[in-house]
Amino acid sequence: MAVKLEIPTALRPFAGKQASVEFNAATVGDALKQLTGIYADLRKHLYTDDGRIRSFVNIYVNDEDIRYLQKENTPIKDGDTISIVPSIAGGANL
Amino acid sequence: MLIVNKEIARVIRGHGARDYPNETCGAMLGLDRAEGREVRMLFPLTNRRDDSPRNRFSITAEDFRAAERAAKDQGLELVGWYHSHPDHPAKPSEYDREHAWPWYSYVIVSVAGGEPRDMTSWLLSDDRSHFEPEEIASLMSAPPGTAHR
Repeated sequence: MAVKLEIPTALRPFAGKQASVEFNAATVGDALKQLTGIYADLRKHLYTDDGRIRSFVNIYVNDEDIRYLQKENTPIKDGDTISIVPSIAGGANL
Repeated sequence: MLIVNKEIARVIRGHGARDYPNETCGAMLGLDRAEGREVRMLFPLTNRRDDSPRNRFSITAEDFRAAERAAKDQGLELVGWYHSHPDHPAKPSEYDREHAWPWYSYVIVSVAGGEPRDMTSWLLSDDRSHFEPEEIASLMSAPPGTAHR
């Protein structure tokens, strides 16, 4: 299925400065795997060392957070848009 | 280099003092240019860490999108984030590093006993291993104002 994957500003330097890329993918996980296959430097910002999507990386298919769908197994339909939307977090060492 | 005028710096410090002893947070909207990254407006945000606001802050995806829309409406970009460290130095913690995004400027203001002190800015390294300090250039020019939700 043809899907557009939108890349947030913070990650564009690691994705050839592109704002979006297009793939044929069956699932969200498949699309992300293709993305990080082409742009390997993205991987460390999207995934933990044990291969899980980082907690502050939010993945949406159209306007739905994949956490409330089938996570990385969420199927893609033709024309869907995947968005990577940051959460921002931090705090003092205490 | 992060370019911040005195009024914006004053407002960031003021937010830190206002929200003390909890951490304050917000977005910085501006323009990223070759000569430096200029902060033109602030978009104050609610710290969503109700469970541990004294030493943690959280900006949700929804709040991120609201800040992004505000930037677009003003013809600006989201260039970074500010937060405070109550009774703690204006240096990024390991927790800050673990949760940071590359590219953005991270401004931290130390608030000691309710009084704002040092204000610093940081950029996450490309390999995520550390933060690099970012010089803050302070402008004397008239303030562009503060965006509110």
